[in-house]
This record gives sequence, structure tokens and C-alpha cells, in this order.
Amino acid sequence: MVENGVDRSAERPVAVEVDRVFRRFGDFVALDHVSLKIHEGEFFSLLGPSGCGKTTLLRILAGLDLADDGVVRIGGVDASAIPAHRRPVNTVFQSYALFPHMSVRDNVAFGLRMKNVPEKEIATRVEQAIEMVQIGAFVDRKPAQLSGGQKQRVALARALINRPKVLLLDEPLGALDLKLRKELQVELLALQRNVGITFIFVTHDQEEALVLSDRIAVMRAGKIEQLGEAESLYENPKNRFVSQFLGTCNLIEAEVQADEGREMRALTPFGTVYFAKRDRGPAVAPGTRCTLAIRPEKVAVASPGEAGTNKVPATIEELVYIGAETHYILKCPAGKLTAYVMNSVLGPQGLEIGNRVTAHLPSSALLVLED
Amino acid sequence: MAGEANPRLARTEVRFGERLTAQAELLRSSLTSGPGILWVSLFLLLPLAGIGVISFLTRGTYGEIELPFTIGNYRRIAGFGLLGFDAQYPQIILRSLLLGAGTTVVCLAASFPLAFFIAGQPERRKQLALTLLIIPFWTNLLIRTYAWQILLGPDSFLARVASTLGLAEAGRPLYPSVFAVYLGMLCAYLPFLALPLYTAVEKLDWSIAEAASDLGADKLRVFRHAILPQLVPGMIAGIILVFIPATGQFVVPDLLGGAKTVMLGNAIQQQFGPSRDWPFGSAIAFVGMAVVLVGLYLQSRSAAAREGEGLL
Repeated sequence: MVENGVDRSAERPVAVEVDRVFRRFGDFVALDHVSLKIHEGEFFSLLGPSGCGKTTLLRILAGLDLADDGVVRIGGVDASAIPAHRRPVNTVFQSYALFPHMSVRDNVAFGLRMKNVPEKEIATRVEQAIEMVQIGAFVDRKPAQLSGGQKQRVALARALINRPKVLLLDEPLGALDLKLRKELQVELLALQRNVGITFIFVTHDQEEALVLSDRIAVMRAGKIEQLGEAESLYENPKNRFVSQFLGTCNLIEAEVQADEGREMRALTPFGTVYFAKRDRGPAVAPGTRCTLAIRPEKVAVASPGEAGTNKVPATIEELVYIGAETHYILKCPAGKLTAYVMNSVLGPQGLEIGNRVTAHLPSSALLVLED
Repeated sequence: MAGEANPRLARTEVRFGERLTAQAELLRSSLTSGPGILWVSLFLLLPLAGIGVISFLTRGTYGEIELPFTIGNYRRIAGFGLLGFDAQYPQIILRSLLLGAGTTVVCLAASFPLAFFIAGQPERRKQLALTLLIIPFWTNLLIRTYAWQILLGPDSFLARVASTLGLAEAGRPLYPSVFAVYLGMLCAYLPFLALPLYTAVEKLDWSIAEAASDLGADKLRVFRHAILPQLVPGMIAGIILVFIPATGQFVVPDLLGGAKTVMLGNAIQQQFGPSRDWPFGSAIAFVGMAVVLVGLYLQSRSAAAREGEGLL
């Protein structure tokens, strides 16, 4: 979506606007005045741990739950007073919620029947929908006779046949095994590009969100922690939560000591560390404390005894070989660092547990977090 | 590989992690289900066969059971009397079926709101509500039915309310009447329908109702397409539990409907008791049973066509 550094999605019309939506169950605040805008044709993900409010937000969009306060606009229209069955949105449920007593065909046709579409048109559109998700072989089966992946496809067809303005997906791939999930992710993405419908996708799987989404809202405890494109969330996490929830991150407590032009000097348990100044992120002045973050793949593992700025002597405490990369846990006098290194040469990678190395933390890869 | 070569092993089955030979399995199943089969054979099938045989025999002058074999008893039930067509017994059967069907309908109508109401209560009140539903069953049916006579008596609260509303004459009891009969029947059979239905409501998958609503179904259609189909198994279980005994019921119509109406139940009782015509009584009992079995068979066939599984 970013071309020449400009966010193009902002030019598209807004499909869904969530404006200070508040929802509470007893003493538990599920959504704490959440606001966001989702653009037409966007693949938008709500990502967060269970209980963060992502599913509640989805249910409020579907009209299956109502906000205590705030407004939801779908296609510019205040949807608060529109009951679920008249909203131009459809949902793919986590448990699929297929009608157990109906055949696949009748499941798919249900939405059109409810709208009293003529049977002849229903038949054509059911054929199209069935073809779109490749379930032609099972149209006369009952849901109980389908596998998880097949049920998932039926649920998709049943929702998409209504040509909703927005498709809501509540962890639709959560119940499937990893291989099938990856396959369906690819299909889902192609499908979304194909139909051009706005998808709002709820998941707790950060990798899934990164693969699928144009933009992601990371949620915690009823609030949006950070919202943005996959790359910007991963490369520029705002705080500890986002940095740890989206991938892993080495966190280093630091006391800023001096402004040295393009870099800042800070005192950390790992010694004196320089980090590049950036446009984004919180401003830090000398004398303040902050948390520095560095992604494991940006930590370089060098030969022992190398000295210089941002270089820390370390011992390999643990290593995990995972094919494309090797993950190292490096033990330094002040604590542990995780480093991911590409296995770019053929054969043994040459490092073993107990080896002495130098961990290099490039100053340009160090981020300042808000908390 | 060894298993294929060894014929003894090839015939064994693994059950709960044990390998059993055919003989061992037979021994086990006869130990577990044997007593039940024996009980049912001795005290149900055998007497039933006896009744079946007797239904084809003749009543002697003093009520003995005598030869010759005849189908005369069944002809009499079908309406072939000594003096041409006699509608008495077809009417009794029809009346009993009607009572059974009517009771089922009334119980269904009452069970739906009740089941949803109880299922919607907090856990502790659920237990209380279910207990209240069962409590009348701690009292004998006869006593409960007599109690209705008091509650519907001339000076009872209900009779006064009815007369105030202009529904009944003042100073007169509300029984015998059709209303009283169905009230009594409802009271006698409600839990048999309400409990299975309640269980079905408890097990409802509401996400399916949400899906229907999400796909454009209004409340009525959500009920019709997403909720009702889930309740069908519970409904059928309850309908069978109510319809069969209600068809044979005669105490309640007798006490609350006036003693004039003969039902299947008291027709059978009449033949085995005062009339001492066991062959004819047996024939009525068999016809009643056959009618109900045919009904159940048809139901299970239609269920099988719908769901791929039936009750029988």
C-alpha cells in the first residue's frame, strides 16, 4: 500500500468507522473507547491476545452485540440502530456455525433465501460461490460430513454470496492444522483481492496477521496499542507489548547520557551503547531512562575479541537450528541476548554451545520504546 | 505379519485395549446384557405373546378362555357387530388417539416457553425450577387428579374467577369438562415433554442462531431455521413419552371428564375386569399397541429421510 512513502489507502473511501466505541461486561471493560477507520477493499486485521476485545469489536460491527457508547458507521451510515439481519456485513464464525440440518448447498443459499431472491437467481449464484471456494464435490453433504477445511470454505461461500460491504472473519483458520492454515491463508488473500470486499480479520496469530493484512491494529485490554501496516508495526513497534507480541525482541534498559549529533549515547547493563536518532518514536533527552529494543535478526554474531562501539562479549548458551536460520541465546555478563542468523553457507555453521563470540548491536537497529 | 499367519489372532477384536476372542466377547456381552434380555423376555415378551394368543381365542360362558381360534375379536373392534356396523370401538380408539394427540399439543405449547424460561435462569434458580416441575410427581396421579376436582369445585377460586369473567355459570364446578380433562392431562404429562425439551434448549448452539441472524433472518426465521431444527430430537423424545401413555390414559378423563366417556384404557380394564372377556380385552390392547407402533415407525422413517437417523 505504501508507494514512494505515501500511504495510499487513506485516499480510498472509508468502509467502516469505529468512533469511541465502549463496551463493558460487568466490571470488565472489553472495549475502552476504541476508534479506527477501515478503508474500502482493505484487508484489515485486529490482532491481540484473548480477552483483548477484538472479537467483541467484530460482534459489534456485525450487530450481534451492541456498544454501550460510541458509534459504528458502515459505509458512512450510523449502524447503531440497524439490527444484525439488516446490516450489509456478513460474518465467518470461528466455529463456522454452519446449519447442521442443511446441505452445503442450502447453507450457501440461506442468505439469499432470507432476502427472497428468486430461486433461479439463487441457483446461479450458489453455483458461482461454490466454484469460487472449490466445494463443488460436497454440495449435497451435511456439515457433519465435512472436514475442517471444507467447513471453512462453506462458511466463506455462505457469507460472500450475499456480496456484503464488509466481511468479518473471527479467527476463521484457528481450528485448522498448520499446513492447511497456510494454504487457506494464500487462498483467502487471493479471494479478497479477487472480490475486492473489505475484510476485517480477527486473529491472535501474529504471523497470520503479518501475511494477510494491509493494515493491523494490535489490541490489548480493550485498547488499540498500535495501528499500521505490517512492516511498520514490525520494524517500529511503539512499546514493549507490541514489540513482544509481534515477533520477539531484545529489550535493554538504558539511561540516556548525551546527544552526539546523529546518535545518542546511553549507559546500559551491556555497557555504553549508541543508538541512532529517528524521526518516529518518543524523543529522549540526556538524563532520562528508556527501553531500547532490537530484533534478534538484527543482532550480528561476530568473532570473539572484536572491540568497538555497541559490541558486547558473549558466550553461546543455547542454539536452535531451524533450517534457514539458527537461533542463538547469547550469554553476556549483563544478561541474555537472542540472535537469529541466516545459515547462508553450506554445511556446519561453525558455532557451538560454549563458543565465545561478540554480539554486535548496530546503532541503526536500536529502537526507543515508549515504555 | 504374525497376526495374518495366525488364524486365532485374525479373529480377535481389540476392545478398550484388550484383545478378545469371539467366545470371550460373547461371554462378556451375555454377562452384561444377559440379565436385561432375560428380564424383558420373561416379563414382557412372554406375557405379550400370551396376550397375543388369547386375543385370537373365544370367551366361554363364564368368562373362561376357550377354543376355537377366531378373528372375531378384531372384527368387533373394527366395527363388525352382531347387528351390522357398530362404531363403538373405532370411536373409542379414535377418542383415545385424539386425547393423546391433544395432550401432546397442549404439553408442547406449554413446554416451549417453560423450557426457554428455565434455561434462561441463573444456575441456582434452574435447579429450583426443575425441582418444582418434578414435585407433583411425588404424589400419586389419582390423588393429584382428585385434587383438581377440589380446585375446580363449585366454590373454588378458579370457578369464581371463571364465573366473574363470564366463562362459567356461578356456583357450578368447572368439571366435568373438556377443559378440566386437558388441564389434568397437562398436569400429568408436562414434565415428560418439558424436561427433554429443556435439555435440548440447554444444548442449543446459539452461534447458529447468530449466523442465521447475520445472514439476514429476522427473529421469527431465526427460530424457524436455526433454533427449532436443533430442538427436534428433544421434541420427538418428549412427544413419544407423552403421546403413548396419554393415549392409554383413562383415570384423568374419567374423573375430570365425567364417567360417560370410554377410552382405550378403561375399555381394556372393562374387559379384563367386570366383563371377564379376556380374549376381547387382549385384542383391544393389541390394536392400541399396533396403532402406536405404526405411528412411531412412520415418524422414525420420516426422521430417517430428513436426518439420516431415526429412533427405531
